[in-house]
Amino acid sequence: MTHLFPRTSLKIWGFVIGLGIFVISFISSVVFGQTPISIRTAVEAFTHFDKSSTEHIIITTTRISRAVIATVIGASLAIAGALMQALTRNPMASPSIFGINAGALFFVVFSSVFLSVTSLVHFMWIAFLGAGIAAVMVFFLGSLGRDGLSPIKIVLAGTAITAFFGSFTQGLLVLNEQNLEGILFWLAGSVSGRTIDMLEPILPFMIGSGIIALLLANPINILTSGDEIAKGLGQRTILIKVLIGLVIIFLAGGSVAVGGSIGFIGLIIPHIVRSLVGIDYRWIIPYSALLGASLLLLADVAARFIIMPEEMPIGVMTAFIGAPFFIYLARRGFKSE
Amino acid sequence: MKKYHSIRNRSNTISLLIEKKAVMIFLVLFCLSALLFIMGLSVGSTVINPIAIIEHLLGIGNGEYTFVINTLRLPRMILALLVGIALGVSGLILQGIIRNPLASPDIIGITGGASVAAVMFITYFSDLSIKWLPFVAITGAGVVSLVIYLLAWKKGVTPIRIVLIGIGIAAVTGALVTMMIVLSPTYSSSEAYIWLTGSVYGANWENVYAMLPWVLIFVPIALLFSRTVNVQELGDQVALGLGSRVQLHRFVLLFISVALAGSAVAFAGGIAFVGLIAPHIARKLVGRSFGSLVPVSALIGGLIVVLADVVARTAFLPLDLPAGVFVSGIGAPFFIYLLYKNRNL
Repeated sequence: MTHLFPRTSLKIWGFVIGLGIFVISFISSVVFGQTPISIRTAVEAFTHFDKSSTEHIIITTTRISRAVIATVIGASLAIAGALMQALTRNPMASPSIFGINAGALFFVVFSSVFLSVTSLVHFMWIAFLGAGIAAVMVFFLGSLGRDGLSPIKIVLAGTAITAFFGSFTQGLLVLNEQNLEGILFWLAGSVSGRTIDMLEPILPFMIGSGIIALLLANPINILTSGDEIAKGLGQRTILIKVLIGLVIIFLAGGSVAVGGSIGFIGLIIPHIVRSLVGIDYRWIIPYSALLGASLLLLADVAARFIIMPEEMPIGVMTAFIGAPFFIYLARRGFKSE
Repeated sequence: MKKYHSIRNRSNTISLLIEKKAVMIFLVLFCLSALLFIMGLSVGSTVINPIAIIEHLLGIGNGEYTFVINTLRLPRMILALLVGIALGVSGLILQGIIRNPLASPDIIGITGGASVAAVMFITYFSDLSIKWLPFVAITGAGVVSLVIYLLAWKKGVTPIRIVLIGIGIAAVTGALVTMMIVLSPTYSSSEAYIWLTGSVYGANWENVYAMLPWVLIFVPIALLFSRTVNVQELGDQVALGLGSRVQLHRFVLLFISVALAGSAVAFAGGIAFVGLIAPHIARKLVGRSFGSLVPVSALIGGLIVVLADVVARTAFLPLDLPAGVFVSGIGAPFFIYLLYKNRNL
């Protein structure tokens, strides 16, 4: 496989550049928006906080939390996508295509309508559960049949499960119109209107999963060369696969619990990263995290400007960016993978 | 006894092969629809005696129920029937040309295109007459199908590329619709959301008359093209070998399918899965000959939507729910079942 950074030194430089892109994206997410704020003011908001300054308040209450949340979700979705593509050896695998978003959403809406759950911590666990159930359903539905988990079948199974959960979510929302308003924006996917403390209960899980993903990088490298070889090399493949599955569910489910349905990040980023660094997961995972976070941050910045003074839901933005990429993959065919 | 009866005109330009079994099944379904209609007309917040309904329909009633039947229930049920017919035939054609049992207008994004156009019309041009809505929706469906077709084109169109690219396009149209709903004022957003689920709530005769021509024109055309679909199902190579102009016919058939799906979306919103289920049930009943499948699939589609709407407006009285919720409730598990059944494709 040809990729852009064949040597380790190049990969390190690439990573540094990626870090630079991420920092720039993060700063632009803090600085740009309906009220443009200079970088100096942004720094002052932390060094000499001034209660009377609106700009300082905007920075500390909305902009920073928004940027942090976009970073966490973007990185999590990208890592989840990379792991899914490794686990299923399938270029089309990614959280939204696997129906994880739809599954988590259905369970959250269901519990808010029938069990009157309101706390985010509970939502989080419910979202994990929904994400897990949907992913397992798609995985089994897609692996049925002679040729196993082919890209086509993954996409179809994902579409079926998404339609399944989607239609029930729709039914619930129609029955409870008063909930509709609040939930619609969330359904569309969004990183705004959330404070850092909403992220707090989930953050440890996501960071923990991210670290485990890094630790799993080597076993994943072995696993991608095939189950037989991995077993021959003494790997406990089932254990590794279950661990990967859990990490995926925590990362993707957590993202849905915080940000709603944000698609395609987990599909695009791993492909871009593989074209940069090749197939070594010790590099793919950190690169995915960096680029995923940067992409979501930039998409969020763009979402503020496209239809000023209103804001585009971020899920809509990522669909506009991601769907063409999906179509490109479909047109290219899957033989080359 | 012969199983088939063929109808031809002198010059053999039109030729239909009629299967006797299919005629029987069609008649049975027709009677079922009639029964369902009478039942549907009688239930609701005012329950009417079925005999009174028959008397009313025959014009010998005492006029007591004129408002409930003529203004409220009848147009709604007829519209539901027409929408179901359109969706049933549209899905049947798609499954025929795409040669994939999982294809249906909603899954490959055609309905999505119509939805985008229609939601745009509802939220931004609501002061224009409703009669423009079908044209707008069909244009949307047409544009999106054309985009799918062009993107899937790589020295010809293969079925599986249409499906995959359609799913990608469906994501874009879904995002567009969500965007418009989120950005629109509160009132029209919940209205648009219900519309999106699929509903024939508040249908009137004006809607029925506007929908009728589309069904009357395109369903017979579909019937005329049934030969070419039969050939296409054998695969591109065989069809070409038999002298069928595969790409041209595929394009015309796609156009019929789009027109039918688009007009259905215009009047009933995004009722999903009818185009997926109806053809499958029809195939179970009458086999694979497309000529018999068209009328049977049409009636089954009609039955599904009418039944779903009757249940939706009566099950949770006084709530009047969108019919689409009920269709999806059955349709989505059915889709999963189909996927399971076709696991070796």
